[in-house]
Amino acid sequence: MQNNFPNEGMSVIVKTITRFTVWLIFLYGLYIVLHGHLSPGGGFAGGVIIALSYVHLTLAYGKNFVLARVDKFAMNSLESIAAILFVLTGIVGLYVVGNFLANFMGIGKLYTLISAGYIPMLNIFICVKVGMGLYLVFYYLASFKPQEG
Amino acid sequence: MPVDVWLYFILGFMIIGSIASLEIKNILSSIITIGVVGLGLSLAFLFLGAPDLALVQFVFEILCVIILIRAFAKRSIEVRALRRDVPETIIAIVILASIFVLSIFAFKDLPSFGKPIVRVAERYLAQAGVETGSQNIVTSVILNYRIYDTLGEVTVLFTAILGTFTILRKTGRKKRHAE
Amino acid sequence: MILYLMCFFLFLVGVYGAITKRDLIKIILAIGIMGYSVNLFLVLLAYRTGALAPILEKGFNVPMVDPIPQALVLTSIVIELGVTALMAALAIRIYQKYDTFDITKIRRLQG
Repeated sequence: MQNNFPNEGMSVIVKTITRFTVWLIFLYGLYIVLHGHLSPGGGFAGGVIIALSYVHLTLAYGKNFVLARVDKFAMNSLESIAAILFVLTGIVGLYVVGNFLANFMGIGKLYTLISAGYIPMLNIFICVKVGMGLYLVFYYLASFKPQEG
Repeated sequence: MPVDVWLYFILGFMIIGSIASLEIKNILSSIITIGVVGLGLSLAFLFLGAPDLALVQFVFEILCVIILIRAFAKRSIEVRALRRDVPETIIAIVILASIFVLSIFAFKDLPSFGKPIVRVAERYLAQAGVETGSQNIVTSVILNYRIYDTLGEVTVLFTAILGTFTILRKTGRKKRHAE
Repeated sequence: MILYLMCFFLFLVGVYGAITKRDLIKIILAIGIMGYSVNLFLVLLAYRTGALAPILEKGFNVPMVDPIPQALVLTSIVIELGVTALMAALAIRIYQKYDTFDITKIRRLQG
């Protein structure tokens, strides 16, 4: 990746190491989310790990590097869309089964990856919502300049 | 070693850590010490048979420390010497100590450690695999049996994040229209 | 019972910090300590001697700890972080307006 802001962030050593570690952290977050119904973890932990991978990138390369690749408006929208999809899942359950937020997908086979009905889907929604929201909180708190008011 | 001994050790460590973090003058050391207390809590969850909570507590503690350091460290890194009211502190310590002594009578009536009295858990533990198809029972509780709690939690988190954005917004909405 | 008492002592340390400290950051940290102790107390109540984590395994039928307090505490931890961020944002705005974190010098907030 080409870096348009070479003077921001930390030293060259940190940037080189970051290039190797940030993908591993992101992959670990995805693993935690997708295996949330099989092993410890779930949407909240995985979402925060994904947010931490962005925080890692921000601390090492400076905030303009991240903002040039990921739009702030897109993050905000993704967060809201995930919340809306969570509620829409509940309404689909209301139509199909009869209860709000009821499981409408069947439960599948125990101990396999594709199982537990809508739990993996809800885990993904929660992950997107928590991850994007907490990264934006970090971004706003870290980049707040008092004199701009 | 039994779980109790480990927990005495970890809890004593957490108490010492929190007193230290409240009494240290330097704010950066104070925030880092609170991070250490949170990691001790994560270790305690691991000993109590709650790996989900240990993972979540660990990760959230790291993010919390990063947020607090980025928010406060730049503004008040200097060692601060705030005047303190000695009589008020003594009164507070006396009242809290008397509350602690009185609480011994209240804690006598609780079931002893390691013998819970909750009954509904047995049904969840027996039926969760059949009813929800999820191997991790904590996930099946938060996302199937008690999903309304999770919906409320997502709403509260959304509101807290929105409040943060609103407080830190650079220009008010009215001013932006006037420009 | 000693474990419960130690947990309550941790809560009282948080209360002590929240009512005697004058620094806004210290007050935020004290509220965080109170949150830790409440979470730990709920999980301590759920523990059963010799039980394992509530994750099913094929072919094993062992006693497991109570999952419901764990689910509640999971909710509580997540909300605590959001509330901490909100309090940090408020503290930053107060600092910007009054140039101090000392609550006795923030005149307009006193009743």
